[in-house]
Amino acid sequence: MTELSQPQPTKPPRSQWFDVWDQFKHHKGAMIGATLFFLIVAAVYLGPYLWDIDPTKTAIRERNQGPSLAHPFGTDQLGRDLLARMMAGGATSVSVGITAMLLSLFLGSFVGVLAGFFRKLDGPLMRLTDLFLALPLLPLLLVMMLLFREPLNAAFGLERGIFILIVSAIGITSWMPTARIVRGDVLALKEREFVLAARSIGTTNTRLITRHILPNVLSPIMVSATLGIATAIITESALSFLGLGFPPDFPTWGRLLFDGVDYLQQFPERVIWPGMAISLTVLSVNYLGDGLRDALDPRIRGR
Amino acid sequence: MLTFTIRRLVLAIPTLLFISLVIFLLLELAPGDPMAQVPLTVPPEVKEKMREALGLGQPMHIRFWKWIVQFFWIEPQVLIDYYFGTSFSEGKLRVISWQTRSPVMDIVVQRIPQTLWVVGTAYVVAIIIALPIGIYSAYRQYSWFDQLGTFVSMVGFSVPPFFSGVLVIVIFSVQLGWFPSIYDTTHVVNSWDSFVYQLKQMIMPVMVLALQITAQLSRFMRASMLDNLNQDYVRTARAKGLSEYVVVMVHVLRNSMIPVVTVIALGIPSIFGGAIITEQVFKVNGIGQLLIGALQANDLPMVQTLTFIFAVLIVLFNLIADVLYGILDPRIRYD
Repeated sequence: MTELSQPQPTKPPRSQWFDVWDQFKHHKGAMIGATLFFLIVAAVYLGPYLWDIDPTKTAIRERNQGPSLAHPFGTDQLGRDLLARMMAGGATSVSVGITAMLLSLFLGSFVGVLAGFFRKLDGPLMRLTDLFLALPLLPLLLVMMLLFREPLNAAFGLERGIFILIVSAIGITSWMPTARIVRGDVLALKEREFVLAARSIGTTNTRLITRHILPNVLSPIMVSATLGIATAIITESALSFLGLGFPPDFPTWGRLLFDGVDYLQQFPERVIWPGMAISLTVLSVNYLGDGLRDALDPRIRGR
Repeated sequence: MLTFTIRRLVLAIPTLLFISLVIFLLLELAPGDPMAQVPLTVPPEVKEKMREALGLGQPMHIRFWKWIVQFFWIEPQVLIDYYFGTSFSEGKLRVISWQTRSPVMDIVVQRIPQTLWVVGTAYVVAIIIALPIGIYSAYRQYSWFDQLGTFVSMVGFSVPPFFSGVLVIVIFSVQLGWFPSIYDTTHVVNSWDSFVYQLKQMIMPVMVLALQITAQLSRFMRASMLDNLNQDYVRTARAKGLSEYVVVMVHVLRNSMIPVVTVIALGIPSIFGGAIITEQVFKVNGIGQLLIGALQANDLPMVQTLTFIFAVLIVLFNLIADVLYGILDPRIRYD
């Protein structure tokens, strides 16, 4: 036995997340994306405290103004301040994106873990996933939006009803990719020695899944989380753009874009602001996801 | 291969039946009443008769069965009658739209050419652009061209069609005045000038759709080329003195096309779905717009048939992709 140069480790062991962060820092696009995304999120949630004009307040004398100090983004056809509307709309769009992503992640991981872990459930659950993948999603979303709008509005109030409807519709139609990825990973993990060891000391299935399986499939789940936010924001905006999303006096980025199309000839900037906001958010989230995927992949890490 | 194809075809039937059931049940749960627009002065017994005329009086499973029969049995007969002048379908009830009181399939057949022209052209254009970009960015990995390609495809992923569409309208139609912002589907091409006009009005929708498809395809092409470029057979090909062009364009390209071809096949139905938004932006009256119109008018038979047609397309192209995969790559034959 050779003598160890340092019998006692002086530094605490590095956790996996340190390595991930180290790798993530080197991905320039991902860092820019992450910064931009957090800036946008901060702007839409904290911005209204600094810029306290009511987004629904109409001032008909000040309608159709260009950018000025009082209204940096100008005003719309009813004299509502566009900056305030952009922030209010962004808060809704980002909230829808994040909530719908959480729902679809939950469904996807649930189905994926069950299918991967319990062999009996694998066949039926994967057939179900295939069936969902074969459904025409955008038409179905439109159908769902149209059909369940009124009962939910009656049950939860106008804004909350439509929020619940959009979030659950997007969640229900977007969990399949996550389920497939998680299932694949769980299938591989299940055969590893540490699972066998845990099982041999009598760990129950529930504990096995929550303590040993789930932490190990966290990285694919995180990557699909970022991509999920992006698709959810785009889907919500698409629904609002088709006039089937939030009601007219309730701004979201998609709705603002839709309203701006009518004034395209005179005031093209009204379309450009919300469009840029959607695109920038989605672009930053996509870069964030790209960097996260590289950082969480141990084969790439350290390069 | 043949048995595999047949097995997949047989499996597709229950899938499609299940999907049609899901769509039917979803519409059935809908609280929307097709009689909502009828004035209140119409007496209830007349209303009841109108309901029955729409086929609403019967229980759910009978209506589902009727729809299945109409869609899978009577509509093909109509098609045969149309082509061969026979009269199988005479006097049989077809799927009737509540909006126009005419058979749904007739309207769909009228609308499909517009969608096919725009979407089909966009798909072909995108493939022609995406493949060279993917090949070259893989061959010169991490060059400025590759970086640019990555950025452009990220933008293509991130900019939704309802924004890119509106943006090109602002630029090319409002500011520059080059192209018309509305797609005129009644336009007939019969001279050089009208052909130029048709070309002009197609440029913007095709551009918007093609950007999205190019973004996805060029990424796939690049990844697939990268997988193959470092393989041993490439070294062998170089070692026996083949020219660089032959190595890349024949040996590597052929092998990397296998996954890309299946991705192209898989993407076709989703393009029909995604084209709903583009059609709405440019006012192309294709099947996407037909669906939106039917949804807003609460025209359930139309919505059901259209959604089901989309589902058929998805299942069909999944099948084609699977079979293509087996044909192109002898290592992964399933049987």
